[in-house]
Amino acid sequence: MSPLTGYLVLSAALFATGLAGVLTRRNAIAVLIGVELMLNAANLNFVAFWRYGAGGPDAAGLVFVLFTIAVAAAEAAVGLALVIAVYRHYRTAHVDEVKRLRG
Amino acid sequence: METWVQWMWLIPVLPMVAAGVSGLLPRTARGWSAGLSIGSLALSFVLSVISFAAVWQSGGERHLYGFRWFQFGPGAFGTLWLSWVLDPLSASMLVMVSGVGLLIFIYSLGYMAHDANFTRFFCFLSLFAGAMLGLVMSNSLVGLFMCWELVGLASYLLIGFWFQKPAAAAAAKKAFITTRVGDLVFFLGLVWLFGNSGTQLFYDNGSGCLEAATLNALVQQKVWWDWSLSQVIGLLLFAGAVGKSGQLPLHVWLPDAMEGPTPVSALIHAATMVAAGVFLMARVYPLLVAGPEGVVQPVLMVMAWVGGLTAVFAAAVAVAQDDIKRILAYSTISQLGYMMLGLATGGVAVGVFHLLTHACFKALLFLGAGSVIHACSEEQNIWRLGGLRRWMPVTYVTYGVGMLALTGFPVLFSGFWSKEAILHATHAWPVSAGPFWLGLAGVFLTAFYMTRQMVLVFGGTPRGNVTSGSIHESPPVMTVPLIVLASLSVVTGFVGTPAWPWLQGFLEGQQAILDWSRLFGADVWGLAAISCAAVFLGMGVGLVLYRRIAAEGVIQRDPLEQLPAGLCPALRKKFWVDEAYQHSVVPALAWLAYWCDRMDRWVWAGLMRLAACVTLVVARLSQNVDEAVVNAGFDRACEGLRLQGGRLSLWQNGQVQRYLAFVGAAMAILVSLWWWGGNR
Repeated sequence: MSPLTGYLVLSAALFATGLAGVLTRRNAIAVLIGVELMLNAANLNFVAFWRYGAGGPDAAGLVFVLFTIAVAAAEAAVGLALVIAVYRHYRTAHVDEVKRLRG
Repeated sequence: METWVQWMWLIPVLPMVAAGVSGLLPRTARGWSAGLSIGSLALSFVLSVISFAAVWQSGGERHLYGFRWFQFGPGAFGTLWLSWVLDPLSASMLVMVSGVGLLIFIYSLGYMAHDANFTRFFCFLSLFAGAMLGLVMSNSLVGLFMCWELVGLASYLLIGFWFQKPAAAAAAKKAFITTRVGDLVFFLGLVWLFGNSGTQLFYDNGSGCLEAATLNALVQQKVWWDWSLSQVIGLLLFAGAVGKSGQLPLHVWLPDAMEGPTPVSALIHAATMVAAGVFLMARVYPLLVAGPEGVVQPVLMVMAWVGGLTAVFAAAVAVAQDDIKRILAYSTISQLGYMMLGLATGGVAVGVFHLLTHACFKALLFLGAGSVIHACSEEQNIWRLGGLRRWMPVTYVTYGVGMLALTGFPVLFSGFWSKEAILHATHAWPVSAGPFWLGLAGVFLTAFYMTRQMVLVFGGTPRGNVTSGSIHESPPVMTVPLIVLASLSVVTGFVGTPAWPWLQGFLEGQQAILDWSRLFGADVWGLAAISCAAVFLGMGVGLVLYRRIAAEGVIQRDPLEQLPAGLCPALRKKFWVDEAYQHSVVPALAWLAYWCDRMDRWVWAGLMRLAACVTLVVARLSQNVDEAVVNAGFDRACEGLRLQGGRLSLWQNGQVQRYLAFVGAAMAILVSLWWWGGNR
């Protein structure tokens, strides 16, 4: 098993864990944590492919990851602010109780 | 002069306006209505006299004025003209109608004073006067026909003025329907004339339908045998005159028309409207005589025979009547027959001369009869009157003048001169001597029945239940018109004597010369002696038969009952003409109406019902298809869509995680598709 395959398997496991957290946790904060996990799985892929795959002499993979971390930080800030707004409005942070948009 | 003719429309329009305004006035506005009617007719009379003077001044010239009324199609056939003519004929008719009408209007003030519907009466009278004045001055077929029908309508309304009496309502209906028979034929004649000549105008500076160019064209066309088109049209027009002027066989309505108020009988059914037929014949006289020179046209022969027979027939019936107005009605029919006879044999002047004199003395007689009826509490049977000369001297004297004028008493009375003119013309007629003898027989009968009436009503002593205490002379508003008409009945004769035939000259556009010698010519007095003998014989027989009976104070049997062989019942029953119609024309029409009703009820209504049924079936079918197929299908489709939509909407449950799960599942499916199938 090449190192790339190992990283990819780890990345897939990380992604699946995050997805499972997003889909199953009731608490909105936990859902956000799951989303962070999934983002980091993607980051791991970027780095792995840059290091073992078709990466060029420049640091394109690393730059991507740095951008993604910055965007993820902003996303986390917005997400938490939303969670606080939802909590203030509904007096709960459980996503299964926030279903005003039901058809 | 020309500008004057333009303003002549005021003559008929003034009374028409008065009628319109009176029709809108409330029932209590009696003074207003009467004042308006009499005032407007007085104005019309003044205007008529001015018109007459204008024609006289210009030596009998013909003046026309007309304008395009409206256009309903292309060309001459699509244009309606309104036009009037001022010529000696229309001028003298205008003066007569408005003058006699005015006197009768004034008389009605007294006669109708106690009637509740006084306002309506004057409204109708004014309508009649306006229409009649329009009729005599009309220069177009359309205008003439409209006025002709309007006077018919006014006659209907006034005969049925007391419509609460069944007899009056029936008489009005009878008059309307009987004259309608003649009018239909008349209308056919008008249309034919219009269609063939292309003009509705009688006179139109050379292109009118009574002028030489058109007449020549009409004479050229032969319709059947040797009757030219002008003769056939003349005959059709004569049928209208027969209806309107009560000639045989359409005379039956005129005696019944006496159910109307007496001033109406005087104005409409004696002096003016019934003379409209005679006037019409005088107006279209150029059409009647058009043809080869020196040949008596067949339509004139028809007119002469119908007129002569009517004159004798009606006079004979009048002999045996008991109702004072009915006698006068038959007398009117008889005199109208004379006018037709005079017109046919002697020309316009002879017929119209008698028309004018007759208008005066017959209006006088009717108004006198009205005065008698008014005084004797509506008693009209001459057997229950009598001795009235003592209480009603003015009525007696004026009635006597009228009676002498009607019988043609020599020299002093107008009826003598006009009747002599007719007898002379008839005697000189080249075709047959028959009409002359008919006329002479009529003279005898006229003298007889008028003497009978006069003696029974005014002579002797009162009979019946008319008590002497209640009889009174009529008020001046009624007697003054009587006196005026009585003087006119004398005076009008002197404008047409053989010595000074002014009226004849006026009507024919020549100068009349006073020549006393003509008065004493043998040809004048030879005939006059015969007719005077007939008059004196009639009066003598009347006096002998009735003088003694009238003197006794009880109701007697009529000496006429001693006439041989059923003649008296025949006369009394008016030769059963009414009964004959009742058993021939009326059942035939009733039968026709019955079958029309049957056809309507069963055949046409059946067809209609069938069509309705078919429509209903189609509609029901269409409804079922709509409801069961179209609507139901659409409903089902909608229902399915809604159901599925509802089901789909359940997925949209608002749970963010469920949405994400779908996204994840879709992602998984996409990846697996790509992994196992999509990457070839």
